[in-house]
Amino acid sequence: MRTRGRGVALAGLVVAAVAFGYPFAWLVSASLKDRAHVFDNALLPVPFAPQNFVEVWRAVPLLTWIGNSVAVGVAAAVAATLSSAVVAYGFARHRFRGRGLLFGLVLATMMLPGAVTMVPVYLEWHAVGLATTQVPLWAQNLFGSAFYIFLLRQFFLGLPSEVFDAARVDGAGPLRTFTSIALPLARPGMVVVFVFELRSAWTDLIKPLIYLREPQFYTLPRGLKTVLDRFGQGGESQWEIVLAASVVATVPMIVLFLCAQRYFVRGLVTQHVEQ
Amino acid sequence: MSRTERRAPWLFLSPWLLGFAAFTAGPMLVSLWLSFTRYDMLTPAKFVGTDNYRELFTDPKVATALGNTLFFTVLHVPLQIVLALVLASLLRRAGRAGGVFRTLLYLPVMTPPVALAALFLLLLNGQTGAINDVLGWFGFTGPNWTTDPAWVKPGLVLMSLWTVGSTAVIYLAALTRVPPELYEAAELDGASPWRRFRHVTLPMISGTVYFTVIVNTIASLQVFTEAYVMFYGNAQTESARDDSALFYVIYLFQQAFGSLRMGYASAMAWALFLVIALITAIQVRMSRRLVHYEGEVR
Repeated sequence: MRTRGRGVALAGLVVAAVAFGYPFAWLVSASLKDRAHVFDNALLPVPFAPQNFVEVWRAVPLLTWIGNSVAVGVAAAVAATLSSAVVAYGFARHRFRGRGLLFGLVLATMMLPGAVTMVPVYLEWHAVGLATTQVPLWAQNLFGSAFYIFLLRQFFLGLPSEVFDAARVDGAGPLRTFTSIALPLARPGMVVVFVFELRSAWTDLIKPLIYLREPQFYTLPRGLKTVLDRFGQGGESQWEIVLAASVVATVPMIVLFLCAQRYFVRGLVTQHVEQ
Repeated sequence: MSRTERRAPWLFLSPWLLGFAAFTAGPMLVSLWLSFTRYDMLTPAKFVGTDNYRELFTDPKVATALGNTLFFTVLHVPLQIVLALVLASLLRRAGRAGGVFRTLLYLPVMTPPVALAALFLLLLNGQTGAINDVLGWFGFTGPNWTTDPAWVKPGLVLMSLWTVGSTAVIYLAALTRVPPELYEAAELDGASPWRRFRHVTLPMISGTVYFTVIVNTIASLQVFTEAYVMFYGNAQTESARDDSALFYVIYLFQQAFGSLRMGYASAMAWALFLVIALITAIQVRMSRRLVHYEGEVR
């Protein structure tokens, strides 16, 4: 009974794996085909045309875009991790009047649709003269983000209170207790936040679409949209270029996931521990 | 308690308090005020009363965009939830071998939506696409997913299911926490697999399902990137001309950053906020009947 159930499950998963893996295989294969064969849906790229990757490199400033994506992604991830840790620690380790109410407010902002603040936040950046720079893509993360505050609070709450009592006995102030005791112990949680935000900043299109005007400031997704408009959809019909650029934009995220899978899973699991 | 200790929590909270004022509460108030004005960023905002809100009701594109968005949400959310449940159940039963499959199912979530949209433009293509090839093996003639107004939204829903992995992983975690004794007891009572699912699994994970329904619904009502990449931008597509992929946030985006109608876009944003709040409130009410909480007394 048990083994039959397992066999059926494995068979089902194999079918799912084919369905979910096929688009990747198609993408990689088609990015290595010549123009005449891009749409042939053959699993193997025959004739083999790796020069697509050279051509896309020549046609658009891919290296600049990769550099922008790395810079914006790392800035966004570092800012979100540190600021959210500070705020989460305040909620987890300090008692004060109105704590429950305020934390409820933090959670409520998670449900707030981002589209509602899209226009006024743009006007704010415009008012301070930064609306066409990369700053709006990461600077908002300096102020903590609800989901990450929630997630890191869970981590801080899970730390044994004895270490904090010991620090107090040793005469450490609130700030030193945070930097030398809490932060090192919460490192796994901070890695979770870092990789989540890195993915989210790397893959985002909507902010780059609003804020970035000059191609030399584009992040990869914004650049890829231009590549699609120029070489694909309604453009020069050089889809192999579009697909090669898509592969370039995707591979770093696949590598990130394979390296940090357990942190991603941990983040997803923490998401609903406390309902 | 010393003075530093009394002040410490507010010091830790200050980044969030500042951010909340600057990027949430402040903008919402500004947006509310702007929604009663005409503002193009070149000339000062001019108060126009409820003109923008009245225009919402007469602008046929708003009705189209809202209809398209609701259509997408009504198809996407239930399919996503059911598929995620099926995949999570399979992963749970597969034991250790499930790990490899879990990785594979999650990879689409890591793919940048722009790359995903470019890829699916080709996979969904009515003439050459691989998806219609597969339908052809079973004797079906697939539709023109990317150009036929009737099939553009179902095509987008189909594509959206490719990123079901994050919900499936959340369900898998919830399934792992169901106490095995419950299944043993149900099995002793001779409950069929379906009845075990219906009366043991579903009640035990209903809190998680509820959470994902709400989060997925809020996200679906703001669907933007994939449809925008596929049908909007510099290239004029068939679907952009006939509005069959005009979702609410796409229209809002066009009004704000294309036509610089910041006042009207703000009214659109507030209307969306109210629609989302209303739908969430209905879901919360329904959950009182449907969600089972551990240790609850009825």
